[in-house]
Amino acid sequence: MKFKVLSKETIQRIEAQYPKYPDLRSVTLPALRIAQEDLGYVSEPAMIDIAELLDLTPIQVYEVATFYTQYNMKPVGKYLVQVCKTLSCALLGAMSIVEHLQKSLGIGIGETTNDGFFSLKVVECLASCGSAPMMQINNRYYENLTPEKVDQILDDLRENGRSDLATGPFMLPLLQEQS
Amino acid sequence: MPKYEQILFNNMSKAGYTGSLKEYEAVGGYTAFKKVLKEYSSSDVIDIVKKSGLRGRGGAGFPAGLKWSFIPKDHVGPRYLCCNADESEPGTYKDRQLMEFDPHQMLEGMAICCYAIGAQTAYIYIRGEFDLGAEILENAIQEAYKAKLVGKDLFGSGFNLDIYVHRGAGAYICGEETALLESLEGKRGKPRIKPPFPAINGLYQEPTVINNVETLANVPYIINKGPEWFRTIGTEKSPGTKVFSVSGHVKKPGNYELPLGIPLREIIYDVAGGILGDKQLKAVIPGGASAPMMPPDQLDTPMDFDSVAAVGSMLGSAAITVMDEDTCIVWAAMNLMEFFYHESCGQCTPCREGSGWILQILRRIEGGEGRHSDLDQLLELCTRIGGRTVCAFGDAEIGPILSTIKHFRSEYERHIEEKGCPFHPNATLSMAH
Repeated sequence: MKFKVLSKETIQRIEAQYPKYPDLRSVTLPALRIAQEDLGYVSEPAMIDIAELLDLTPIQVYEVATFYTQYNMKPVGKYLVQVCKTLSCALLGAMSIVEHLQKSLGIGIGETTNDGFFSLKVVECLASCGSAPMMQINNRYYENLTPEKVDQILDDLRENGRSDLATGPFMLPLLQEQS
Repeated sequence: MPKYEQILFNNMSKAGYTGSLKEYEAVGGYTAFKKVLKEYSSSDVIDIVKKSGLRGRGGAGFPAGLKWSFIPKDHVGPRYLCCNADESEPGTYKDRQLMEFDPHQMLEGMAICCYAIGAQTAYIYIRGEFDLGAEILENAIQEAYKAKLVGKDLFGSGFNLDIYVHRGAGAYICGEETALLESLEGKRGKPRIKPPFPAINGLYQEPTVINNVETLANVPYIINKGPEWFRTIGTEKSPGTKVFSVSGHVKKPGNYELPLGIPLREIIYDVAGGILGDKQLKAVIPGGASAPMMPPDQLDTPMDFDSVAAVGSMLGSAAITVMDEDTCIVWAAMNLMEFFYHESCGQCTPCREGSGWILQILRRIEGGEGRHSDLDQLLELCTRIGGRTVCAFGDAEIGPILSTIKHFRSEYERHIEEKGCPFHPNATLSMAH
């Protein structure tokens, strides 16, 4: 089999998913995720490769890729900033966080900075309502945001490629102290 | 001593507990699973869970033991358990905590459920954004395989079990159980017409049980301490505790494990510390975005499945979103409608088109161009959506509209008469995306 864009390593990672399912089609979601992790987005040739690999038609992969919001159908910046705008976050200032990000990054919603570092998106509920407002950057959550905290996070990512302000395990809001 | 009995948060409330297998076993973890394998038949387990009165914690409140009993006993071929960890109902963030802090608790519940329904394969369908949760679960599953708590011929019983993590990719609808199955099969998350129910034709057309994380996490304790103990907590028809995710305008937002039946007022004013800035309360969503809003005069409602339903809302996932007196109700309804419009899977016309129409009207009212006929138009649209769709999404999306018009009609009328929003005259109204 000759593949258009998927590397040998990407294909191996996808194939490692096969034993989990009795039906190869179930690998569609994991395959799209893996392809995106390796390529930055889900391109048409990547979807054709996945179809070839999973013995599906390209449309079967395409219709899945376009249904779910986490698949990027176009290239995005190195850091994809996604701010939650659903009610609990909106009540506590999600809009001002978005406005602040637009100013700090000099881009609008759906745009990418010229240096290709940051893309900004506004998304629906990310299940972090008790630590609103919040945003997700790539695969990490950043919670209880303030404009100052947002700037610190952007600086950290620019300088070090990571930020200690990301939510780690066991860093959720403390359990209630009941007396 | 905590004021409220803690079941699911008991381990993780202890200082330094990280949820590793060793720590979980040190507090009695997996003893219920071992007991079940040694002492109980599968129908014994189903009977115990039935007797406990455990109801589904994902939203619908369906009795868990009854659901398990629907799996045909004489079925030849595979059966499946799917743990619903999609946690997509806005306001809800409890399963995230249960998975990240004490993953073995739910894995043990899954193992017991699989034994009871005769399933040898279980999937955890976790929402795609929960990277950390997926990592923690994968590690916990590996720990369980190494300790031979999951795998082949467990404790010489002949019972085999494999557990896999399947990650979603961003779609609210995949929390609906049949959409979840479609998604697991590698398709768009479009809910299936029921019947047939998943217990008969579920994943890969085989008998399947789908249970929420919190539901399954309760099971080991019910086995160990008995159904009578479980019934001493909560109410007669809604036994046990519930994790309430409190968010919005409260001083102490957070996940709180409380007995079912606790008054809403106690949760908001005692447990969550009251309203931010000591303002007045305007409205509460008691069970996630799909649950109709409640006005302050319903604050004494006991938070159990039946009592919340009796006042015209629903306990749902018990995600409580609190709004203070300065919140514009039209804006809040519009915010939720943007969510529903974005998340409708598009399969049924009333839901897909209706959500867009409702959103348009709400934007017009909030933006100062509302017409006096708009309220009747909204109510009319709702009657064309409710009950006319494949899944419950249609009923969910009209909940915020019907409830806000019912309880806050004058606020809508003020927007229309004053040709604008009295609360945010200059603010950015919406963030469509």
